[in-house]
Amino acid sequence: MDHTDPHDENVYDALATADEDGRWAFGTGFDAGDAEITAPSPEGVDRADLATYCLMLADDALIASQRLAGWTTKAPELEEEVALANIALDLLGQARVLLSRAGHLGAAEPYRVGPQDDEDVLTYFRDDRAFRNVTLAEADLGDFGRTVAWVLVFSAWRLALMQRLTGSRDPVLAAVAGKAVKELTYHRDYAAQWVLRLGDGTELSHARMQAGLDGVWPHVEELFLAHDVERRLVEAGVAVDPAELRGDVDAVVAQVLPAATLTRPETPAVGLVGGRGGRDGVHTEALGGVLALMQSLARAHPEATW
Amino acid sequence: MVTALVDAREAAERVVDPEMPMLTLADLGVLRGVETAGDGTVVVTLTPTYSGCPALEAMRDDLRAALQDAGYDAVEVRTTFSPPWSTDWISDEGRRKLAEAGVAPPHRIGPKAAGAPIPLTLAPPSQTVPCPQCGAADTEEVSRFGPTACTALRRCRSCAEPFEHVKEI
Repeated sequence: MDHTDPHDENVYDALATADEDGRWAFGTGFDAGDAEITAPSPEGVDRADLATYCLMLADDALIASQRLAGWTTKAPELEEEVALANIALDLLGQARVLLSRAGHLGAAEPYRVGPQDDEDVLTYFRDDRAFRNVTLAEADLGDFGRTVAWVLVFSAWRLALMQRLTGSRDPVLAAVAGKAVKELTYHRDYAAQWVLRLGDGTELSHARMQAGLDGVWPHVEELFLAHDVERRLVEAGVAVDPAELRGDVDAVVAQVLPAATLTRPETPAVGLVGGRGGRDGVHTEALGGVLALMQSLARAHPEATW
Repeated sequence: MVTALVDAREAAERVVDPEMPMLTLADLGVLRGVETAGDGTVVVTLTPTYSGCPALEAMRDDLRAALQDAGYDAVEVRTTFSPPWSTDWISDEGRRKLAEAGVAPPHRIGPKAAGAPIPLTLAPPSQTVPCPQCGAADTEEVSRFGPTACTALRRCRSCAEPFEHVKEI
């Protein structure tokens, strides 16, 4: 094919005719990042702890991604739908690598029912109590205002976490974090722009933006609580202490809210149950609905391959 | 066997990106290595542009097909995430091809300072992205998120044409 004048030649045409099979059939047989995922756990690091920590960070992204995907076909504008789907896709990508890593460390075995890859076993065949995500990830996204408040808090927190995780002794966590930092930075930018626009907009948009922020706020405190697994892995140089992240998140909140004429909410935090929260598998009612939507098809046809 | 094989690296480098087919994988900077193992297996190492980039699967298939066409039956495609891909890895040739195809190439961002919190900028980005159609500097961002993970949508205020911009990461 002659490519001397690209304006006369639609380069995309070649894609339609090149080969018929295999193209665009995404989601089949993905074994993410084999170069790193099969690395042994770093010396002196408990394998089960590392698997659990990978699940925690994977589940945050997986459940958040599933929530955001709920906007597809329903967002106020096509551009925002594409944006939210893009953010969901980035988070899903982060989740898949972390799930595969957790699976490599043995986390998928108790749930295996068929021929699926580790990441599918962990996604589709675990019950709610086995999910380790923070409850913010599963929280109802409500309207668009509440969604952008949620994206702002979630991405500011996860960015602070991933930035520190680039120095992890575990090569997979460090590698995932290196990519995630770039992605979360523009997720946070996107959300901040909308919080600003809606907060400092009309009387109605301001009221709904404030209500959205108030609705998300009860889940913020949990983001800074360390689980025993996290504490042990912080000692081992693998994990990040969630308490360290408060300063970064507070700084973003303190920068955006006044500019958006919004008030820092004082809504009380979602209480832990007997000292246990999302990291222990103790979730809010909301997770059940998320999992039903995400898992029911795979559970109805556990032997299906796709 | 005396069949002259196309060099494996050349064959791999010629494969085009499935979402931005004006670029080869070499132009895009996602090809990390092409090596021939002792048993003759060609091992290609790829890095994704974004963690969830769905094109990675298509790239694997295309690499296998291209190398098989070039005479290599045993092909293994590995992926690696570290160091993370940056738009700075798009070659000068790649940037030229993007512009020719009407896609604004990314600015070079250079290495970022490690450690310090990444600042959140509430003002619109100050860097101009010239229109790839008419060259005017007066363009605006329509959406940070375009039809593929790596592009943003922009519009030229001078010629009114919309265009894609490979956003800097």
